[in-house]
Amino acid sequence: MSQKVRIAQLSCGPEYSGVQKEIYDAAEAVGAEIFFPDIALADVERAVEGFGLDVRSADLKLMIARGMALVDGKVDADGVFIGTCFRCAEAAIVRNELRRYIPGHSKLPVVSYSFTERTTSGTLLTRMEALTTIARRRALLAREEQTGITMGVDSGSSTTKAVVMKDNEIAGTGWHPTTEVLKSADSAVSDALEMAGVTREDLQAIGTTGYGRFLVGKHLEADLIQEELTVNSKGAVYLADHQHGTSTVIDIGGMDNKAISVIDGIPGTFTMGGICAGASGRFLEMTAKRLGVDITELGPLAMKGLGRNVPMNSYCIVFGTQSLVNALAAGSSREDVAAAACHSVAEQVFEQQLQEIDIKEPVIMVGGTSLIEGLVYAMGQLLQTEVVVPPHSQYIGAVGSALLASGFVKGE
Amino acid sequence: MAKVFIYPATSLILSDLVARFNHKPLGAALGIRERIQTAGIDSPPLQITPEEPKRGLKYAAVEVPSGVRGRMAIYGPLIEEAEAAVIVTDADLAFGCMGCARTDELILFSLRQSGIPILELKYPTSDEEGIRFVAAIKKFLTGLPDGGEA
Repeated sequence: MSQKVRIAQLSCGPEYSGVQKEIYDAAEAVGAEIFFPDIALADVERAVEGFGLDVRSADLKLMIARGMALVDGKVDADGVFIGTCFRCAEAAIVRNELRRYIPGHSKLPVVSYSFTERTTSGTLLTRMEALTTIARRRALLAREEQTGITMGVDSGSSTTKAVVMKDNEIAGTGWHPTTEVLKSADSAVSDALEMAGVTREDLQAIGTTGYGRFLVGKHLEADLIQEELTVNSKGAVYLADHQHGTSTVIDIGGMDNKAISVIDGIPGTFTMGGICAGASGRFLEMTAKRLGVDITELGPLAMKGLGRNVPMNSYCIVFGTQSLVNALAAGSSREDVAAAACHSVAEQVFEQQLQEIDIKEPVIMVGGTSLIEGLVYAMGQLLQTEVVVPPHSQYIGAVGSALLASGFVKGE
Repeated sequence: MAKVFIYPATSLILSDLVARFNHKPLGAALGIRERIQTAGIDSPPLQITPEEPKRGLKYAAVEVPSGVRGRMAIYGPLIEEAEAAVIVTDADLAFGCMGCARTDELILFSLRQSGIPILELKYPTSDEEGIRFVAAIKKFLTGLPDGGEA
């Protein structure tokens, strides 16, 4: 068995919130172990003074001291998990500053999370898995070219995508709504194989990602089963032809959103939000349905409208939709309503997630929602930059999987 | 004998002083170690479950962070039970400390609102202050019902 990945926990409140066990369980599930950097009590105040952030909570002081010990190399770790109570302003400041400070002064991957007593190991699993992937598979993540014939399958919450790649080119694609996970995967795989003109037996390696990665991976006997944070980062910089240097990857999904600050194709800091449906692709689906257009028509419609003409009083998927309905009833145009919906989702992601990572150009939008040009435009306006949408961006996870899976082609 | 809540609740010195004067200390009975190898400075010895933050809703609203409510599920009942309290503010970490400053604020407020006799002292920074500090605690504890050196 491979050596466990050691994740340093810097936290305030997980024990009294009753979620420490969930953190342990999430780490255990991905072959990692949590540890608390050993700090002398006498060093805590000194470290806080050196850091320059004057906080009152002793556990936040301890977090700072531990963060500094990791950066100074006094404690060895493969990754860092930073967790504090949701709704604590003092803790949020410390969490944010440590999330910037540690990657800025070391090569340690960092994931942060604000928990409640309802946080489960399942919620933390993908984040922990990404930390371990970065620590354990750096060589694989450094892969820049796809070789042989490989397939990637992205079993997402809304859609299942499959891509067959051959000699560094996309040879076939398949896209099906996710209904029954395995059936949807089989359909997408079948389409991709047919389009590529190859059979299952021709495939030299298979990779899976997305929510259904474990189930589909087992079903397809995949060589690589990997979470979507690292896979999508890799797929994004590959398709955008920006494998070196810094970039920012934004993926607004059906169930959660990912914002990833990428360095040389490997995530540095990342956030994964999934609490509010109003900030997801689902809201845009509902808007399209209400406007009586296909989701593929929403983007062009939004580009013809002005979002500011429609008052949106809530980010909530229910009340937000109500605002749109009210606007239509008051005579607003469908174009303006479509633009307002796109702006609402982009603004929410901007305010709640993009503030948590360092935005570095180019900003690359991927996933199915990146095809909604009104959403891409709204994000570009908020970030004051031109957003890059690479070709095949909707297949990002499948492409990333196929690319990384080629590391398992015999002879590699 | 009176039930005396101590703050910081983790101070073994305060706990010992209260017991020496024939009272029952109400605190965490946790020692603060020179080296910290646990999640928090005042890590509980037993696993706290997600039920504790829910029980803490009796003392703090749902918008209050879960860590505060989890702590209040433990300290809230002790504050209700307390007949007196000794509060030491600005204490050195080694004297005893609580991990969460927001919980500290709520505990101190709850104690002050309870109407029980309270002795509030600043942590001493010199030998002279230390002598006055202990004398003040001794006087307070002796004055409580059935107080006196055990």
